[in-house]
Amino acid sequence: MACRTCLWLLGTTFFTCTVRLVVEGTEVGATQGSQPEPGVVGSNHSQAGGGHGSSISGIQIVTFKWHHVEAPYLIALWILVAGVSKMVVELNHSLTSVIPESALLILIGWILGGIIYGADKMQTFTLTPTVFFFYLLPQVILDAGYFMPNKLFFSNMGAILVYAVIGTCWNAATVGLGLWGCWLGGAMGDIDIGLLQFLLFGSLIAAVDPVAVIAVFEEVHVNEVLFIMVFGESLLNDGVTVVLFNVFDAFVSLGGAEIDAVEIIKGIISFFVVAFGGSLVGIIFALLISLLTRCTKNIQIIEPGFIFILGYLSYLTAEMLSLSAILSIVFCGICCQKYINANMDERSVTTVRYVMKVFANGSETIIFVFLGISAIDPAVWVWNTGFILLTLLFIFVFRFIGVFLLTWILNKYRLVPLEFIDQVVMSYGGLRGAVAYGLVAMLDENKFKEKNLMVSTTLIVVYFTVMLQGITMKPLVTWLKVKRAAVTELTLAEKIQNRTFDHMLVAIEDISGQIGHNYMRDKWHNFEERWLCWFLMKPSARKSRDYIFNIFHQLNLKDAMSYVKEGERRGSLAFVRNETKADVDFNKKFRASFSEIMPDIMADNMGPDHVPLSSILQDIVPSVCLVMHEQDLTMRESEDFNAHHLLQQHLYRGRKQHRHRYSRSHLETNRDENEVQEIFQRTMRSRLESFKSAKMGVAPAKKIQTKHQKKDKPQKMPNGNSSDKSKNHPYGDKDLEFSEGDCGSGDEAAGDLFPMRAYRVEAGIVNPAFMAEMDPMDNMQQIPHVALLPQTLNSFDT
Amino acid sequence: MGASQSAGTEHEFQDLADRTGFSLEQIGNINKRFRQLSNNEETLSREDLASIPALDNNPIRAQIINAFFDKRNLHQNETGTVQEIGFEEFLMVMTHFRPAAMGITEEERENLRRDKLRFLFNMHDTDSDGTINLEEYRRVVEELLSKAGTIGQETAKAIADAAMLEVASTTRGKMEPDEFYEGITFENFLQILNTFDIETRMHVRFLHMDTATLRCGKSK
Repeated sequence: MACRTCLWLLGTTFFTCTVRLVVEGTEVGATQGSQPEPGVVGSNHSQAGGGHGSSISGIQIVTFKWHHVEAPYLIALWILVAGVSKMVVELNHSLTSVIPESALLILIGWILGGIIYGADKMQTFTLTPTVFFFYLLPQVILDAGYFMPNKLFFSNMGAILVYAVIGTCWNAATVGLGLWGCWLGGAMGDIDIGLLQFLLFGSLIAAVDPVAVIAVFEEVHVNEVLFIMVFGESLLNDGVTVVLFNVFDAFVSLGGAEIDAVEIIKGIISFFVVAFGGSLVGIIFALLISLLTRCTKNIQIIEPGFIFILGYLSYLTAEMLSLSAILSIVFCGICCQKYINANMDERSVTTVRYVMKVFANGSETIIFVFLGISAIDPAVWVWNTGFILLTLLFIFVFRFIGVFLLTWILNKYRLVPLEFIDQVVMSYGGLRGAVAYGLVAMLDENKFKEKNLMVSTTLIVVYFTVMLQGITMKPLVTWLKVKRAAVTELTLAEKIQNRTFDHMLVAIEDISGQIGHNYMRDKWHNFEERWLCWFLMKPSARKSRDYIFNIFHQLNLKDAMSYVKEGERRGSLAFVRNETKADVDFNKKFRASFSEIMPDIMADNMGPDHVPLSSILQDIVPSVCLVMHEQDLTMRESEDFNAHHLLQQHLYRGRKQHRHRYSRSHLETNRDENEVQEIFQRTMRSRLESFKSAKMGVAPAKKIQTKHQKKDKPQKMPNGNSSDKSKNHPYGDKDLEFSEGDCGSGDEAAGDLFPMRAYRVEAGIVNPAFMAEMDPMDNMQQIPHVALLPQTLNSFDT
Repeated sequence: MGASQSAGTEHEFQDLADRTGFSLEQIGNINKRFRQLSNNEETLSREDLASIPALDNNPIRAQIINAFFDKRNLHQNETGTVQEIGFEEFLMVMTHFRPAAMGITEEERENLRRDKLRFLFNMHDTDSDGTINLEEYRRVVEELLSKAGTIGQETAKAIADAAMLEVASTTRGKMEPDEFYEGITFENFLQILNTFDIETRMHVRFLHMDTATLRCGKSK
């Protein structure tokens, strides 16, 4: 099968080349033929295939209209080729786990480039800045913004900004000045270049590239804080890069003499304008999108389209105003995610997510393939050992220095300091990519005599970082970690203890409020709940949320009292409810009254099934069971083996192990939902049982089951314990760490309180807020707030 | 925090700092958190801790909360539980999670280890008799396990039994068929968990600086 696809790949490339050759060949023939006869009737002025010559004698049954379709055809063909390359790359998973996909794509790009060059004797297809910046980059960044884990992002925003702004400036300055110094020292030989050009080059090579970062970090499972640091930095540093690039470009045009303090100040001001302006444009467009989705109820079928168009427009608008386009589209994605997910229909949301991934993935593939192809172009190759090697050295070394310096400063102010390993990974993960190449290709040759040198250097830098650092990243991470913890065979008891540890640490962190409350965050949330949700969310989405919140208390009070009454009637609280019956009633009733508010959540019950098997396997804590086979099984009886296996399968995972990772290719539904829910149910159940046994003095009923519900803090919104499987983003709206409420998607809120999902409807609602006040000692004063389903419905109707 | 408040408790904090090894700032922060949890009262009760939403997702929340009220963890040589704890006790429990300072002697490290392991042991040994017997262990395992697939109690039992057997065989060697293994004592516990570098793993970083004030420039 590999052979077939390879052949297919080569075939398409050959096809492209031969087509062009044929085209040119027949063109020549056609022009020669058709010139003497200008008044040709009804024919296309393209060549006629099939050897009819160009003189039209009658109706052409079939004509070969290449020029007619040339442009779109080539585009489509290249997209196909890129897709097939990706397919070829992904054939062998063991290969992709060692070498990141991006590196392999570049490799394929080289091969293709070689073929094309061989066929055409020139590189006809390169990655031009226009195509890159207008057609390939926006969707990648929109995808990044839309799937951005907001909580994580904003809580680390300070650090991210420090790295992005100060770090990038540092990199640019040091690389530029370093190279300039070495040039003065004669290390580079004789090239026509000056300080400003060095600084410009430094500024464009300094920026960490988001595309490359994702591509490499996908394979390497780093912790989320680290990931968001590098990723956030790579996105936000565009503000700096754009400014520096434009400023130095202008300086170079002005010439060195014109630069004075005023210009420098203008440069600094322009940074703020560009950065904040770009973000503002993005936010405005996010508002637009949210508002728009509020009204699109009747055209749900094309709802998803709006997101993409408006996202793209935000990019272009910022570009038009010479602001930072990447910042604009990032913030557009970040800010609108919550509201559009709430406003849009379930299916639209799913569509948006998948299409976004398709575009982003496709673009990324094309970018890398073309990065490879563009290299096979002797016209741009200028080799200057000094320049190239020094550049590589400087970006590497100065990145390390910069990161360590900044982290040292930051750690004084951070809640959770960044560890040494994290810093190393962060420095090592500063990959340069296509953005740098795009920028360098935009340089004007007349102003920059050494443009080709810079292009070559940039390409080499990109290849070095993406391929070498990409390949070695994973081993490095593994090696660093392994040095700390020895891998030994664990006994059952140890494993149990291990897990107890994790949970305990997490609990203590929660108790001690390590990640907890922040004054500003609370303020923001209040503001958001009161104003933004009102403005941006559909009334029905808001209503369902408000509604739920409002009747929450009433329901629970009523239910509690009716439960007790029922209990007293029956003589004890130990009665079993018929859940299946309640199930049916519940659904029917709710469908009738809530059809307009509650979307059809039943449809998306399929969450877990859609998760690709590979990601499930990747996410499972390294299975000791496999190791077990090689061990001395005589020591363990078969029961032990099963015990290990069972333990492995069923241990709850500590929160730190929930690797909610951002991924370009995997739309992860939150598989930990089950676990969380279970834990919740169990806790509720045990509370209920302990309460009941204390209050009524009876043995707790065996089959009282609890229904998953949002926890209510009296002043705040229902906690975002979302159980919406298919809509959970990888980093989720799960406010596990933060206790604030969330005016999160109305669907989620709806789904939780009134679960339409067959598998979760059970009898009995426990209001955790009230349960929390319960203590075996003083429960005599508390009324149990346990709801009886049929009663719920009745009270609901009143 | 008002100036008056901090001035009055300054002295106490210093005292606590000396005893527990936390820095003044850390104690200040923990105090703030204490006040937040206890709604500005003097004592913290179980419900206050239980009301932390993030804890809900923790399978062993009950044990952890109990650990705070367990007298054995409060460096007192008593057993039993209290209903409410003051700030000092809260702090005492937190000391179990202090990271190991640099450059402490081997003996101190060993003590730290024992201390932390003791905490863990107490969490399992709910009846305070000094050994973790099968029932208690079963309960622990049950808590840790998810009930997905409706395996439930039998699984927990099986696993707990197997684990106990393992521990017995490693600590006691080959046992006679009718010998009764009464449970894991603290010494055995230490033995099993020898490979854990618990002093580095069992710690939570405490703040050095008050980030809340730092960030927004206002104090609550």
